[in-house]
Amino acid sequence: MNIDLSFYSWELIRSYVLSGFIFSIQLTVIATVGGIFFGTLLALMRLSGNKWLEIPAATYVNTMRSIPLVMVILWFFLLMPAILGKPIGAELSAIITFVAFEAAFFCEIMRSGIQSIPRGQIHAGQAMGMTYSQNMRLIILPQAFRNMIPVLLTQTIILFQDTSLVYAIGAYDMLKGFEVAGKNFGRPIETYLAAAVIYFLICFSLSRLVRVLQQRVAIIR
Amino acid sequence: MSWNWEVFCKSTLEEDFSPVCFGTGGEITYLDWMLSAWGWTLSVSALGLFVAMILGVLMGTLRTLPPDNLLTRGLALLGTVWVELFRNIPVLVQIFLWYHVIPALFPVMKGFPSFVLVSLALGFFTSARIAEQVRAGIGSLPRGQRYAALAVGLTTTQSYRYVILPMALRIVIPPLTSESMNIIKNSSVAFAVSVAELTLFAMQAQEETSKGIEIYLGVTALYVVSALSVNRVMAFIESRTRVPGFIAAASSGGH
Repeated sequence: MNIDLSFYSWELIRSYVLSGFIFSIQLTVIATVGGIFFGTLLALMRLSGNKWLEIPAATYVNTMRSIPLVMVILWFFLLMPAILGKPIGAELSAIITFVAFEAAFFCEIMRSGIQSIPRGQIHAGQAMGMTYSQNMRLIILPQAFRNMIPVLLTQTIILFQDTSLVYAIGAYDMLKGFEVAGKNFGRPIETYLAAAVIYFLICFSLSRLVRVLQQRVAIIR
Repeated sequence: MSWNWEVFCKSTLEEDFSPVCFGTGGEITYLDWMLSAWGWTLSVSALGLFVAMILGVLMGTLRTLPPDNLLTRGLALLGTVWVELFRNIPVLVQIFLWYHVIPALFPVMKGFPSFVLVSLALGFFTSARIAEQVRAGIGSLPRGQRYAALAVGLTTTQSYRYVILPMALRIVIPPLTSESMNIIKNSSVAFAVSVAELTLFAMQAQEETSKGIEIYLGVTALYVVSALSVNRVMAFIESRTRVPGFIAAASSGGH
């Protein structure tokens, strides 16, 4: 068997891989931003001390965390049309799924971030006469967020790897782009290898970046 | 919306229902199919976990070797390269590599059934994560233990065999529990290379019967039951192997 890379051309990459790559990045960014937003809300619910907020949030988070992501993707793809009342595309369904799924994981990260803030900070905020929302917005969350940046980014790298699972519903992401190119040119080996190399380079360099950040952002007490 | 749980008693071949929900005389119902798919999920996960434990403990240990000479440095580097390689490629891509690329590079593996290839893929993927946990476990041991072992005249191999690993392997049981639960969840990716496991069953049965919700609920329940059982088994192992009075913190993350 011999590996022949000569069929790769800018034309091929542009027509097969680029749109998939852009979708993978889009999905990662939207799921990270949306996941952190809803995850923080879930974390606040879980820490609220009100069982009407705590129990639903905990149930949601634990359910999401105990089901394989592929099944969650399939569930949303099955249920979304029934909920919205109209059929939706695989790409949109994937975006909604990832925001909902990642919120559960970001919730646990933000929860431990909030819990890592010394109680004295909360009490000091209260002593200054701050309301709950001012205390959270101005004192607790900025510090929790900063402490958790390395963990949040590590989760984003995992998220980026997991975007390849939208394969299950046929959404056109980077992996799909490589796969289709491999089928059309009859060279699946080279395209799967190229996909692996590109995913590796992106994830490896990001994880190096996280390591550097980790040393920079730590709040020295 | 109305439930239709009878779909599980339906024959996969004809439009009739089995009164006992299990097929007779060569005919199989969707329930039979789902249980056999569950068997595949558990087999793939078990074989994958076996591979992952062996390679993970080995690679994690190699990464902690003291930089005494060229050999130990080389082995530590091997461990690092291993972890970075298998951690930074998505599991689905790794499965495609094992299924399409590796048999082409090594013709010996052409005859391997896809069940074995998928288990190896999952095992190698998970081994990188287990290696990290093992390394962290060894790192969390008080350094005095290593020095004490060397001081009483043990060689590096002996100090790992008799002092470091017996402690470290107990410390890493909680994170290994979550990795064992993860491998069951990750085994769902095997649908992509047509291993007849639960997710593939869910996709195919949903198409055939259009009773997606019932089928998916059944499959999801089996995944949850499997993960919980692994959790209980590992908790039992943890309670039996605990070192009295020794408490160490270990963390975990990921999916």
